[in-house]
Amino acid sequence: MQNNRPPVDYIERTRAQYASLGYPPYAWARHEDTPPFAPLRKPLGESRIGLIGSGGIYMQGQVAFHYRDDISFRIIPGKVPVAKLRATHFAYDLTDARKDPNVVFPLATLRDLARLSRISEVGPNAYAFMGGIYSARKVREILAPALADRVQKDEVDVVILVPV
Amino acid sequence: MSSAYSITASVNPPRAVYLDFPLGHTAGKAHDKPLQRRIMIDTLSALDSIQVPGTIRSLSYQWSENDDWKDRVMRPSTNSGGGTNDDRKGRFLEPQYQLPEDQQAAEAQMTGNGCPGCIWPEKV
Repeated sequence: MQNNRPPVDYIERTRAQYASLGYPPYAWARHEDTPPFAPLRKPLGESRIGLIGSGGIYMQGQVAFHYRDDISFRIIPGKVPVAKLRATHFAYDLTDARKDPNVVFPLATLRDLARLSRISEVGPNAYAFMGGIYSARKVREILAPALADRVQKDEVDVVILVPV
Repeated sequence: MSSAYSITASVNPPRAVYLDFPLGHTAGKAHDKPLQRRIMIDTLSALDSIQVPGTIRSLSYQWSENDDWKDRVMRPSTNSGGGTNDDRKGRFLEPQYQLPEDQQAAEAQMTGNGCPGCIWPEKV
């Protein structure tokens, strides 16, 4: 039994796993320049908050994600009941996400904080995709710009990104 | 929000909070609303208090009394005592529904208005 160990190095473990399977190493997204930085323009209590999650969340009535470089996304209405949310993904243990989607898609948590006036409101929509996409290029050139366009149209002040 | 420090450090987003939980719990533990709320409040306050681009702030929550879960992550052969090195699911091109009735609901919608709120950006 050991406490306070360093974070799991998923890049290193993926490298080891791929090597043991005879796959070439995975090319992780890597950015060394200083990232662009936008300061908050108003207090959180006056801000509209958007949400984008990569945990494979869809809503009952929508088509689920498939597991081969699926770069589609789902528009999830900000007011959707949690009981309508589902989770599907090939690469993480879905047990808890299926019991309580808030663990990977904290929409109800944000709604609670709006009720408590910690934020002004949740955006009209949240967005979900299935993050097991092997082509970083497709994410960068197709999926990410499409999502950025959506949240801009929703006029949110902040977007919380929740990868899995 | 992140539970994979090395991946987030490599991507280098403007700001991040790091939660040292197993993957699949980036925003907290199932049905623990007070914890989920505290994690989100910490996340939101980092928007304001992080001033240096590229900062990853580690949150102080612990998954369990000890960190033994870290031994089992992505090491299926150690877990099962040999055999497979890959415990991920297969890659299918068909939608992978959580529940069979989800498939029926989606197919019923498709015959009417298509899929509500489904966007395939390559096809746009």
